[in-house]
Amino acid sequence: MKMIEVNNLKKSFGKLEVLKDINIDVNSQEVVCVIGPSGSGKSTLLRCMNLLEEPTGGDILIEGDNLTAPKTNINELRQRMGMVFQQFNLFPHMTVMENVTLGPKRLKGKSQSEAKELGTQLLDKVGLVDKADVYPDNLSGGQKQRVAMARALAMEPNIMLFDEPTSALDPEMVGEVLQVMKDLAEEGMTMTIVTHEMGFAKEVADRVIFMDEGFIVEQGTPDELFGNPQNERTQAFLSKVL
Amino acid sequence: MMETINIILEGLPTLLKGMGLTIEITVISLILAMFIGLILGVFSITKSKILRTISTAFVDIIRGTPLLVQILFIYFGLPSVMDINLTAFSAGVIAITVNAAAYLVEIFRAGINSIDKGQMEAGRTIGFSYGQTMRLIILPQAIRRMIPAFVNQFIVSIKDTSLLSAIGLAELTLSGQSIYAANFRAFEILFAVGVLYFIIIYSLSLFSRWLERRLDVA
Ligand SMILES: Nc1ncnc2c1ncn2[C@@H]1O[C@H](COP(=O)(O)OP(=O)(O)OP(=O)(O)O)[C@@H](O)[C@H]1O
Ligand SMILES: [Mg+2]
Repeated sequence: MKMIEVNNLKKSFGKLEVLKDINIDVNSQEVVCVIGPSGSGKSTLLRCMNLLEEPTGGDILIEGDNLTAPKTNINELRQRMGMVFQQFNLFPHMTVMENVTLGPKRLKGKSQSEAKELGTQLLDKVGLVDKADVYPDNLSGGQKQRVAMARALAMEPNIMLFDEPTSALDPEMVGEVLQVMKDLAEEGMTMTIVTHEMGFAKEVADRVIFMDEGFIVEQGTPDELFGNPQNERTQAFLSKVL
Repeated sequence: MMETINIILEGLPTLLKGMGLTIEITVISLILAMFIGLILGVFSITKSKILRTISTAFVDIIRGTPLLVQILFIYFGLPSVMDINLTAFSAGVIAITVNAAAYLVEIFRAGINSIDKGQMEAGRTIGFSYGQTMRLIILPQAIRRMIPAFVNQFIVSIKDTSLLSAIGLAELTLSGQSIYAANFRAFEILFAVGVLYFIIIYSLSLFSRWLERRLDVA
């Protein structure tokens, strides 16, 4: 089943055309990694997928629902789709537990005790139960990002989007965040991940997409794309980053 | 010295009544102004051009005209062309409200804008509406940062109420004037009036410092 379907997506900021004609399908339980040089439109693509950016053309279907159709309830649709940002974006005025349980309590009508149980379970999953009552300012970058993942998972989404979740981290904290993502992939979460971590993409991705200048230049299994890239631009990019 | 104290003590009941009215007008006006300021502040950052224009027009007109003229306009000007009869109290509240609101719009706008835009995105991504994200995530953070500016506006508004003496409202300043008009002891009475204003304003400053310290801990 197709979880995400992107058809002829175009996006411009003023005169600058950032996404030129993007077509992607992401299937259920598939892990897709998006790689490419800075400014190629990776974040914009991901942000279009949950309408943080409004597409200028084409359409996007999430589990069959057209994102930009007038009758679509975008707030309901976003609940089915978690997103993790490079800058974490935790709510600094709330404790870790409050960050995680805000959505379930306010949007899913969970009681305080139900939400807390779910929160504890998710914090356990990301290894941070002991930080439940701490404020985000007192966490390391890696811990913040793991809380951000728990917060997204608390809405029990069917799809997870990640925009360079490890790029703002000190190198020694990258591993702990990638590990949570690996666990998620193994559990069968459908994931689209923009990343600079080529090792991670090789190991975890079912499919790797290479973007450049607003186009999808090439895509394939990690073996195909990293082992035997067909396009010159892919080759040039990989020779720089590998 | 004894005489000075006696004069002040004699005037004190009247002055305290005036002080009560000053506080009452300021508190009512500030509460109303908070709502108007918040709504127009949110208007000023929405995508809607109409809402932004409404907000900007309001702010520009109020800030671009003297408060005394606004007070006189509301109390004497409006009833002369419209079929309304405002008491000095209502006219005073309206004038102070509208004036404070115009400055609060800017405070709200700046406060909301000072919150990283990733916070709005994180809220929306979880599935909250714009309004819910504002209420649960943006405003609680923004309002903490706005407290010093709020208190500042509160202080300005307290001082502004003294202009309401121009429409015969017996707030603190006019209460003082009425006393020294009868006993000719302007020095003693105005000194007392000043002290009473200072007491209100200084307690407010202390309260705001305490509040800031408390919120900082969280
Ligand atoms: N809100 C915006 N307004 C104007 N231009 C934008 C905006 N967001 C992105 N851009 C531009 O769009 C282009 C693509 O940006 P995008 O962030 O999607 O790239 P990216 O592939 O994610 O890059 P990076 O690897 O550096 O994160 C860039 O040229 C960027 O400057
Ligand atoms: Mg990016």
